[in-house]
Amino acid sequence: MTDNKKTIWIEYLVFICAVSVFGLATENTYYLQIMTFIGINTLLALGLNMLMGYTGQVSLGHAAFYGIGAYTTAILSGTYGMNPWLALVCAVAAAVLIAFIVGLPTLRLSGYYLAMGTLGFGMIVNIVLREWAGVTGGASGFVGIPMLEAGALVFMSGAGYYFLVWGIVFAAMIICRRLLASRTGRALRAIHDGENAAVAIGINTHFLKLEIFMFSAALGAVAGFLYAHFVLFISPESFGFMFSIKIVTMVVIGGMASVWGALLGAAVLTLLPEVLHGFAEYEMIVFGLILMIVMIFMPQGLTRGIMDMIRTAGRARA
Amino acid sequence: MQEIVQYLFSGITTGAVYAVIAVGLSMLYSSTELINFAHGEFVMIGALAMVTLWVRIGLPLPVAMAGAVAAGCLLGLMFERFAIRTARNPEPITLIIITVGASIFLKGVAMIIWGKDPFSMPAFSSHESIEIFGAALLPQSIWIVTAALVLAGGIHLFLKQTLTGKAMVACAVNKKAAWLSGIPSEKMGILAFGISAGCGAVAGIFIAPITMSSYDMGTLLGIKGFCAAMIGGLGSLWGAFAGGLLLGILESMGAGLISSGLKDAIAFVLLLLILYIRPGGLFAAKEAKRF
Amino acid sequence: MKQKHLVLAMLVTSLLILPVSGAMAANVYKIGGIFSVTGRASFLGDPEKKTMEMMVEQINAAGGIDGHMLEAVIYDSEGDPAKAVSAVNKLIHKDKVIAIIGPSTTPTTLAVVNFTKRANVPLISCAAGIKITTPVDPWVFKTAQSDLLAVAAVYQQMKAAGIKKIGILTVSNAYGESGKKQLLGQAEKFGIQVILNESFGAKDTDTTTQLAKIKAAGPDAIICWGTNPGPAVVAKNAKQLKIDIPLYQSHGVGSPKFIELAGDAANGNILPTGKILVTSLLDDSDPQKKVLQDYQNAYENKFSGNVSGFGGYAYDAVNLLAGALKGSSGDKQKIRDNLEATKGYVGATGEFNFTPQDHNGLSPDAFVMVKIKNGTWTLL
Repeated sequence: MTDNKKTIWIEYLVFICAVSVFGLATENTYYLQIMTFIGINTLLALGLNMLMGYTGQVSLGHAAFYGIGAYTTAILSGTYGMNPWLALVCAVAAAVLIAFIVGLPTLRLSGYYLAMGTLGFGMIVNIVLREWAGVTGGASGFVGIPMLEAGALVFMSGAGYYFLVWGIVFAAMIICRRLLASRTGRALRAIHDGENAAVAIGINTHFLKLEIFMFSAALGAVAGFLYAHFVLFISPESFGFMFSIKIVTMVVIGGMASVWGALLGAAVLTLLPEVLHGFAEYEMIVFGLILMIVMIFMPQGLTRGIMDMIRTAGRARA
Repeated sequence: MQEIVQYLFSGITTGAVYAVIAVGLSMLYSSTELINFAHGEFVMIGALAMVTLWVRIGLPLPVAMAGAVAAGCLLGLMFERFAIRTARNPEPITLIIITVGASIFLKGVAMIIWGKDPFSMPAFSSHESIEIFGAALLPQSIWIVTAALVLAGGIHLFLKQTLTGKAMVACAVNKKAAWLSGIPSEKMGILAFGISAGCGAVAGIFIAPITMSSYDMGTLLGIKGFCAAMIGGLGSLWGAFAGGLLLGILESMGAGLISSGLKDAIAFVLLLLILYIRPGGLFAAKEAKRF
Repeated sequence: MKQKHLVLAMLVTSLLILPVSGAMAANVYKIGGIFSVTGRASFLGDPEKKTMEMMVEQINAAGGIDGHMLEAVIYDSEGDPAKAVSAVNKLIHKDKVIAIIGPSTTPTTLAVVNFTKRANVPLISCAAGIKITTPVDPWVFKTAQSDLLAVAAVYQQMKAAGIKKIGILTVSNAYGESGKKQLLGQAEKFGIQVILNESFGAKDTDTTTQLAKIKAAGPDAIICWGTNPGPAVVAKNAKQLKIDIPLYQSHGVGSPKFIELAGDAANGNILPTGKILVTSLLDDSDPQKKVLQDYQNAYENKFSGNVSGFGGYAYDAVNLLAGALKGSSGDKQKIRDNLEATKGYVGATGEFNFTPQDHNGLSPDAFVMVKIKNGTWTLL
């Protein structure tokens, strides 16, 4: 047990060092902003990872919570002038509430039916964001989101926002790890291994799935909040079906049931379009191919897949 | 009052589009228990192939149709061989993501081949609308409904009456048992995908005259097709047909009587209702599948 | 012996060239471009990107600006605001451009302006939304006509034609929404009453329901506000339903593609458009005619496909920027000031006169009303 704890603390230390060094050493705002996007996407991937990796529930509508978080803070702090930090609390509350209401009937489904149910939910949220133009600004988007401030410090794009986002990512990772190590975590793993067996030993699977669904919604809302106050403009198309698929891709490629996997997946998928900038016309082909190839040959995700490859290579050499 | 008849006909038009797409989807599910999220892209390939073969090159209509269907089938076979069969872990989650990746890939390829602009296609018969009860109905809509019926009926007969068809169903019910009784389950898989992709291509061919074909037409149509298939009951061909028509009519009525902005939401609200109340769909008796 | 001399000569020559090319590289004016080359707005971004590349080539072939060559760094926003933000940050902080042209759509533009404003980089957008230049920001300009002007042109013509009641049908995206706002807001001024407003999805295959509803309400005309392919479907459906009142479209369909898609159903449609669609019909005395002909010839010779008003936005943006670069020595503030002071530039979209309060610079005569007859455009 102590050994495990030591490894975890070393991992955290490495993470903190890497993030801090990068943030302080890089002056180029472009790189800082890319990393900030990776951080926001990591929050989304973390939340969905808990849901998909540990409870085995596919959600094709996760971008909805991203959108709910972003629009709640935009409307409250932009139109009504609420303090953004207070708006954050409201955004998370809204997402969690909606996750509860939707999750209650939807999580009783499983397999393809659950996937379609979450897809439907995601599409409905997107349509509402688009049509409720008086409140959300409609398809033309919401202008005038205020920047985040803490006392005299203003979080603009650049190093300030970078550290804010990664600080929150770090906190989220710790919370996820804690959750997984707790009784809830063990129950989750039981569900993943065999739901019927878990029910047989008295685990309230439905309630547990709902809990995790709400947790993932909360993380998604935080990500939305951070996005809104970063770009200062949001529009419904950023929170649609395509982005839900992107988040699922992050989780799946990084490796389900792995906290670091979420980070890897988010990093790969955020950097890929930047790397492919020169091949903009071929980006879809490359993206689709990568998705297929990884899932066909490394269905456990890249983290497990690469480790396997290293292991086999090591064995071959010996 | 007259408008309502028109709404009905518009609903039948759109519904026929959904139905013909849903049939191919349900067909695949009933023979492999797989959902192909790239089905919309097979529809798109069928439509764009028709544009090239019939409009650009000018082949006679039946030849062009055969060509487009062949293209779709071929693609489906390749897809099965390279993407589905080689998958190391054929868990549903994995397969969902593979098919999603395939749909993105096919979109990208289509964009390179056909470009980003939409194409229109002339109708098979005259483009003049028929007037019934004071409302207009396009002849092409009737073609689409017919195509959907023929597909559904044809596949139904195939699965129920022919030996190959029954073998396919056996594979879906229990792969191992089917294999033990001497059914080459691999070949069945290939066949199922080929037929399903072919159905998709047929759908694309028939709907192209009324929709505008473009490389990204498959996404939304595919999603609505899934909704229709689920509403009717996954795996039930007649359910898919009925589900499609029902969806189209309800959408149209909603747009006409309530609000056109929320039209798309109707499909999804309906989907959710069916999933909550009667997940088996309106016409199937299948149980909700567990992973 | 001879070989050694050759190598030495090559060495000396390369040493001489290197610092010169280095110096040249340092004197290059780097300008950025963000366009929706792929994605749902590719009909905008694709011609805009091609036009910008073509113009930069032309300018460089003529010796550059004040002796400086132009280098265009263009990224694809795919119509996605988040990608546009990444692109703009790359342009500003990595490529270190001195000005940016684009993006192509209003949402992508609104997403990037916060970043260009903060970095004090002049931005000339090719998008139509009035929110881009109202309220005016010192660093943000645009070349596309506002829908405000387009709607005014349509209503003007309707008033003259005695049309009193209309039904409107708009696409549910930013373009359609903005159009709807203008249509509803300006109607009263022209004595027009909007009796019904419906919407349809950009990818919808059938709009007969909405059209039937509008037809039943008995308007004098119908306006459809969208971009291809939706309005083509609307035109076709209107023909099916045997709707005989005039069907108006927006400038979003102002390209030969619309006629190709809608076929016979396009005949009789009336729309506002930039003069680029009817270049050959313009009066020789029209100052825009020559500009448009040059652009059309250059574009159609270089690329396959017809020229469109959308590429024209980029054409004007590049020319305006080139004009502002003169005498600026690459200083962003000077470029901005020069832009703002630009007057009387006759472009493909219209005549531009910028002022500190007006960063769009166009007037109502940037639009002409056309009617489609026998598959071509005719002036109304």
